[in-house]
Amino acid sequence: MSDNILEMKQISKEFIGVKALSNVNFAVERGEIHCLVGENGAGKSTLMKVLSGVYPYGTYKGDIIVNGEILRFNKISDSVEVGIAIIYQELALFPHLSVYENIFVGNEIQYAGILEWNQTVSESEKMLKKVGLKVNPDTLIKDLGVGKQQLIEIAKALSKEVKLLILDEPTAALNENDSENLLELLKELKKQGITSIMISHKLKEVIAIADKATVLRDGETICTLEASKGEITEAAIIKNMVGREIEDIYPKRPNQEIGETILKLSNWTAFDPKLGRNVTKNVNLNVKRGEIVGISGLMGSGRTELALSMFGNARKYKITGDLELEGQPAKLQHPHEAIKAGIAYVTEDRKGNGLFLLQDIKNNISIGNLKEISSKGTVNINEEIVVADQYKDSLGIKNAQYSTISRKSEWW
Amino acid sequence: MKYLKELLSLVKRNIRDYGMYIALFVIMITFTVLTDGLFLSSRNISNLLDSAGYIAVLAVGVMLVIVIRHIDLSIGFLAGFLGAVAAILMVNYGMPIYVVIPIILFLGICAGSVTGFLVAKIGIPAFVATLAGWLIYRGAILLATEKTGTIIIDNETFNAIGNGYIPAIMEVAGLHFLSLILGGVLGILFYIYSAITNRHKKIKYNFEVVSKPIFVVQLAFMSVVIGYITWLLAGYNGFSWTVVIILAVVFIYHFITTKTVIGRHIYAVGSNPEAAHLTGISVSKITFLVFGSMGGMLSALSGILFTSRLQSATTTAGTLFELDAIAAAFVGGVSAHGGVGKVTGALIGAIVMATLTNGMNLMGVGIAPQYMIRGGVLALAVIFDVMTRRQRG
Repeated sequence: MSDNILEMKQISKEFIGVKALSNVNFAVERGEIHCLVGENGAGKSTLMKVLSGVYPYGTYKGDIIVNGEILRFNKISDSVEVGIAIIYQELALFPHLSVYENIFVGNEIQYAGILEWNQTVSESEKMLKKVGLKVNPDTLIKDLGVGKQQLIEIAKALSKEVKLLILDEPTAALNENDSENLLELLKELKKQGITSIMISHKLKEVIAIADKATVLRDGETICTLEASKGEITEAAIIKNMVGREIEDIYPKRPNQEIGETILKLSNWTAFDPKLGRNVTKNVNLNVKRGEIVGISGLMGSGRTELALSMFGNARKYKITGDLELEGQPAKLQHPHEAIKAGIAYVTEDRKGNGLFLLQDIKNNISIGNLKEISSKGTVNINEEIVVADQYKDSLGIKNAQYSTISRKSEWW
Repeated sequence: MKYLKELLSLVKRNIRDYGMYIALFVIMITFTVLTDGLFLSSRNISNLLDSAGYIAVLAVGVMLVIVIRHIDLSIGFLAGFLGAVAAILMVNYGMPIYVVIPIILFLGICAGSVTGFLVAKIGIPAFVATLAGWLIYRGAILLATEKTGTIIIDNETFNAIGNGYIPAIMEVAGLHFLSLILGGVLGILFYIYSAITNRHKKIKYNFEVVSKPIFVVQLAFMSVVIGYITWLLAGYNGFSWTVVIILAVVFIYHFITTKTVIGRHIYAVGSNPEAAHLTGISVSKITFLVFGSMGGMLSALSGILFTSRLQSATTTAGTLFELDAIAAAFVGGVSAHGGVGKVTGALIGAIVMATLTNGMNLMGVGIAPQYMIRGGVLALAVIFDVMTRRQRG
């Protein structure tokens, strides 16, 4: 029989009005590498947050069984205690602290509250060896590349005597070499008896490394594929992930007329004075009217920075090179000039730097162009609601409370 | 029954907005009972509002600074210093008041703009920049009053700002006539007129509005409140100039924050500066504007009110005003995380704090428990704020 280190049974989790997980079952055998796959919003990260105690017992339904015992985690440290460690997409390191301080942060080597630095350093050297990283423990985190930082995170987990390691898209920010390194390390750790759960979007990695792969879709478990049965193939994963046959993963391309060049970048170099380096270098780009142009690259490769540097130089880089809009040279100094020139920018991190979360939908919709609904600097709030309603319908924004906005009484 | 339900749901939905008014009401009733009605006498209420004036004005300014996620510690001594400058200009240089007041307001804008420049353009944290201002203006007020000590002001017009009342014209049954007309008649008519046009506009757009009976209840209730306050004040000396100034400040700033593009931009910057920047809003311009025209100019106005009330400029004027104003703003519901806060809230917060002082003075409560109770109320107000926010998820 299988020896399960972890079983999650009938897990359901609801956010106000939205079901994130419904009756998810998930079992991980001791010593395997188990991949968790699914589209964005399928519930992978939520499931792992339930497991690690980020969402405490009582906020979800179902059982978490570790080593055959039903456990209730009230806080993150409860899951750490039984040997579960999670490494998030956004690394949780302190950039201005040294490698050894970071490895033992929250798990300090101490005697009666007094830190034992010498032992900390020597222990951290052992951990670094385990993850195959050759750096001086005195090095500050900010001076290391992302690949090495990722390994420090794993070293940090190992220092807590981890039994079950969870990695949330660990290779998203890594280049080919670093990714391979990391996957090798996971195999190495497997030999030492450490079980891993890896969330990944890269199917090649999953195929290369997974003993099993569980597919989530819309908050439900779809299936668990096993490598030993030859089930983990690209076709099988995609089919289960999207719930359709592969032929129509992408909608058919309409034949669209492509016009003249509308945006042209030549030798576009942006220097970030804060980072002290170029974020884009000698970029050349031609965009024609009616085109959809994709810009791809790893995290940190400069995609966002390129977009921001074009969008009125929102981050105040020092820019050399030329930008032409509709054949005319353009110098955009502020996002509002870019908006005036007809460029719009939708941020990657909508919550972080796209939306005004404290304000209602209507204010968020109108804020970019209040002038249209104002006269002499005074906003026509009724007109604003009408416009917001139009966008709500045309974009299919779902919100039950929306209609009540206009009803809010005005006593003042 | 149906209307009662509607009223209840209305109150429930806006409990955060009404909470302060309810709290103020409860505090006032409590003091009225504890002082056998002395608290709610015309004379006392008039006094209370006058004594709250300079803090209320400051609170409106600092509330807006807090909304854009900054803080201004320099406003207290800036107010004191500009008050001293006003006194010197009038007493030593014999300048007429109609010249002095615009100069002082302008100086306030300049001082605020310097802070705004340091924060918005150079990027110094507001706490540090304004702490430096706090020290500098503290030194400046000492320097200004060093030779003369307290400067007594003998300009009657100037002193009337903090102590005088609008002319009565005539008395009706012992009540202040012009105040009755202004507040009782014009005030209520203006309120009813704007409420009705507002409702009509909404109906024209086919928006949902509260049902007619509830609307009438709202109108009647607010009219009674305005009428009662007017009657109270008319029973003593009528509206003081201080009250007129507070009302003007609150009216103007309430309008700017709720109805104008600039107001929207201020709240956008406070809610998410990064997103505001990417939306094409100039964050530094807004920061500049808030520190200059709102923090700085309102401190100048506050300084004028305080100096006029004392009829003199003292070496200690402005001490701790900034903290009283910040406390009032927080009692009034401003959020330390930025993006949330109302001008009317700041006013109510200032009145709540003044009411506590006034009520406890009437009861003869010692100064030590007074501070503790005011501290407790500040903590309670913020706890209420945090709890109701959490409930909404």
